[in-house]
Amino acid sequence: MATTETKMTAAQASKQAENRRRYLLYAVLLALALVAPLVAYPVFLMKILCFALFACAFNLLLGYAGLLSFGHAAFLATGGYMTGFLLSNYSITPEVGIITGTLAATVLGTFFGILSIRRQGIYFAMITLALAQMIFFMYLQADFTGGEDGLQGVPRGHLFGIFDLSNNLIMYYFVLAVFLFGFLLIQRTVHSPFGQVLKAIRENEPRAISLGYNTDIYKLVAFVLSAALAGLAGSTKTVVFQLASLGDAHWHMSGEIILMTLVGGVGTLFGPVLGATFVLTLEHQLSQSFLGDWVDVILGVIFVVVVLTFRAGIVGEIQKFMKKNFK
Amino acid sequence: MKMMKTALATAIVSSLFMGVTAHADGHEISDNELRIGYLADMSGTYRDLAGPNGEEALKMAIEDFGGKVKGKNITVMSADDRNSPDVASSTVREWIESDKVDMIQGLVASSVSIASTKVMNGTDTMGLVNGSAASSITNEHCTPNHIHWTYDTYPLANGTASAVVAEGGKSWFMVTADYAFGHALESDVTRVVESNGGEIVGGVRHPLSTDDFSSYMLQAQSSGADVVGLANAGGDTVNSIITAGEFGLAQAGQTVAALLLFLTDVHALGAETAQGIQLTTGWYWDKDKDARAWADRFYDRTGARPSMVHAGIYSSTMHYLKGVEATGSDKASDVRAWMADNEINDMFAKGGYVREDGRMVHDMYLAEVKTPAESENEWDLYKIVRTIPGDEAFRPLSQSKCSLVK
Amino acid sequence: MTMIFGVPAAAFYGQLLLGLINGAFYALLSLGLAVIFGLLKIINFAHGAQYMLGAFAAYLLLETLGINYWVALFLAPIIVGAFGVVIERFLLRRITHIDHIYGLLLTFGLALVIQGTFTNWFGVSGSRYPVPEALQGGINLGFMYLPIYRAWIVAVALVVCFAVWFLIEKTKLGGYLRAGTENSALMQAFGVNVPLLVTLTYGFGVGLAALGGVLAAPVYSVSPDMGSNLLIVVFAVVVIGGMGSIVGAILTGLMMGIVEGLTKVYYPEASSVVIFLVMIIVLLVRPSGLFGKGT
Repeated sequence: MATTETKMTAAQASKQAENRRRYLLYAVLLALALVAPLVAYPVFLMKILCFALFACAFNLLLGYAGLLSFGHAAFLATGGYMTGFLLSNYSITPEVGIITGTLAATVLGTFFGILSIRRQGIYFAMITLALAQMIFFMYLQADFTGGEDGLQGVPRGHLFGIFDLSNNLIMYYFVLAVFLFGFLLIQRTVHSPFGQVLKAIRENEPRAISLGYNTDIYKLVAFVLSAALAGLAGSTKTVVFQLASLGDAHWHMSGEIILMTLVGGVGTLFGPVLGATFVLTLEHQLSQSFLGDWVDVILGVIFVVVVLTFRAGIVGEIQKFMKKNFK
Repeated sequence: MKMMKTALATAIVSSLFMGVTAHADGHEISDNELRIGYLADMSGTYRDLAGPNGEEALKMAIEDFGGKVKGKNITVMSADDRNSPDVASSTVREWIESDKVDMIQGLVASSVSIASTKVMNGTDTMGLVNGSAASSITNEHCTPNHIHWTYDTYPLANGTASAVVAEGGKSWFMVTADYAFGHALESDVTRVVESNGGEIVGGVRHPLSTDDFSSYMLQAQSSGADVVGLANAGGDTVNSIITAGEFGLAQAGQTVAALLLFLTDVHALGAETAQGIQLTTGWYWDKDKDARAWADRFYDRTGARPSMVHAGIYSSTMHYLKGVEATGSDKASDVRAWMADNEINDMFAKGGYVREDGRMVHDMYLAEVKTPAESENEWDLYKIVRTIPGDEAFRPLSQSKCSLVK
Repeated sequence: MTMIFGVPAAAFYGQLLLGLINGAFYALLSLGLAVIFGLLKIINFAHGAQYMLGAFAAYLLLETLGINYWVALFLAPIIVGAFGVVIERFLLRRITHIDHIYGLLLTFGLALVIQGTFTNWFGVSGSRYPVPEALQGGINLGFMYLPIYRAWIVAVALVVCFAVWFLIEKTKLGGYLRAGTENSALMQAFGVNVPLLVTLTYGFGVGLAALGGVLAAPVYSVSPDMGSNLLIVVFAVVVIGGMGSIVGAILTGLMMGIVEGLTKVYYPEASSVVIFLVMIIVLLVRPSGLFGKGT
């Protein structure tokens, strides 16, 4: 780690080298993501990207602000329903639908945040769960959501009125762009002074308060940002699958996103991405194999094993391992 | 540094996973075999009425057909839809685009069927809907790519409600599951009851998967209605019936009419609790010699008697395979045309036919659950009270909102 | 006919009574959850699955060994409680020192495993468990027909709730338990085997869930998913009452039964969410729950 160096110049040099290697790796990853749809099935990759974005948004709250939300499904569903409803009923382009859906989730997130942000730990989890249950009920009762049949056959349309999204490849690169936008936004946030204060709050809130920070405002902003990105994931997912359904609003969805984040590594930037990839690939492979009936059991076992043996998640454990052995 | 290691680790592991995905999905395109996908709820609420045993019924049909069609192999893949239209639409999409699946069978939850057939619409893949109840699947949601085989809400309401009204059950109290399926069933029942001179005197709409029905049964009791109509499904119906028995609705002279009840539900309730309940079914394993013979073979393989959905899966697969054999094509448009041109005469239906909206029209049966004294074994549960001719049972084309009906 | 809020008085009283019956049932289940949280600080998300195990234990005892209801009433909670002891000893104990959230996640995983396994073994349609002969039939109360078995549920639930409250709040053993969780090192020094106490407490809480399952078996269909919806409701009850408060869990259970019962009359569609509405309001006004001691 650069911080352990004694001389400033050495530290800077090391930091530069690190940055160079980091950007090189980003480039490699990006290249991989760009060629991936040529090798793997693009719609499945898009699903992974949407959930990875959702998990990253969730992780911003849990990993960096220490707040476990049990109601994030509400934002995913709100983005999805709003976008789905607009695209099905009005002749607007997909990006307008997605932006509006994201805005709707942002508004809801602000409302949730104001109500819940002063509570801590399990009470925070419970109040977000309760609010999400109310939203679930609302979507079940509302006419425009199509009840348990959901909104079906949402048109993908033409991006900016030009690019035909019914082509899976074009759709994929659009989703990739959305994902990168969300991911980089989170990355910038986490490494910004704002992110540092969040981490300080996570470690010791009273101390952050005594340092003069209005912690409620910080947490609220983090919550709203997280909700907005979850909404963005939901909106994009609706365009990909041409469908918005109640399953997105169910509390099981909130549980599943916890699993993805936990498996990948809470509080790491890439953890949620990897966790989403792992869980979705596993579900996908299992549901079509002879073990199809046992998906829930296997997911449960993974939960137990992760909690007992590698709580830092895949990425977190690899980091620990590297630190220990390659220091 | 930390960042880089993370990135490196992510790169390694994700490329591993992508490798796995690519490998599994990378079937080469081959028109040299017929590929059938079985999509159903394998682990949730509807597991028993279709689920793993439905896949068994599908395999029986393929084996009985000889394992090959036009000399080409038939392969089956299956997936759990987890009752989610999301999972269903992505699975179906992948099956069509990447695995080149020719026919998709099963399709249980109505939301799953609607989502799946929307994806199939316009492709060469055929869908055979067997588990779903919603009559909208061949009404406003009809497509040229699918056929709805076993039953739907229209004859359920028609058969049971008209029979109960005819026996003097004039005033009804509805216990309805508060979601689209429940609402559809309720409105169908209301129409039938009112057109037969009865009336709906009250009702409640309960959330899906309610545990305790005592409050609703008490409300039903104090309404003084002759009949308590259950427009719900699965566990909700089972718990409603148990609670109705507990609160002595029958002793007080009220009849319980369950509008959607599967053999597996009645089996769970047992003849003791369920006796006397009238229901409408698309098929019953003991209805005739052919049905019995097939049900015996099914029993030997699975240890259970088939539900109407299992029988529908077998029957529709058989008819489909015959269509592929006859037309030499696995294109949905060709096979569906053949399937519509040829009558269905098998263990499931006699003289059944496929309408232009995709509805397979066949006789439905009004059944009554036997008393424990009449029931000889745990699966000997129904006596068929009346056969409802197909043309009378299903929604007439004149009322259709399907775009395929001219 | 006298009317109360647009409902005939007789029907209204009937619904109140039913609400109270369900409330007693909620109280029993949330009691187990509250005992476990209060003493172990574990949020037991497997409570619904353990309730289901209780019902299945009773069913299987009857089906395979012919053991009747009255014996199962004692035996099933002991069997399932023993299973809980194993879970505590080999799984939960490893994570007592870390954030409570992990306890929740671990038990959530366990619930998935248990429920999924039973679904594969027994299917989802469920099975009937007969009402014991001595408790069949019902009494006409004038304003409603009350099945005797429902009255029995209330009686058992209330007696057990009171006994547990007495045990924990008023006896020396309960004192050890409470002190052990406050300061386990000190209690160890006094020669009390705290880990054993904790293990047994978890087993006891699980046993209470199983008892709820046995009581429920004759009125609901015994099926693998019978506990999954109940779980978050009961959990909400505990939060509203104040996490870890025994009295809070019992009284809130009764209240929520009534609130839910009345919702089933006036706005049945919302009967599954009303409890969450109450929870939001309570947490906003009293952050530590109605009977909580403050955070």
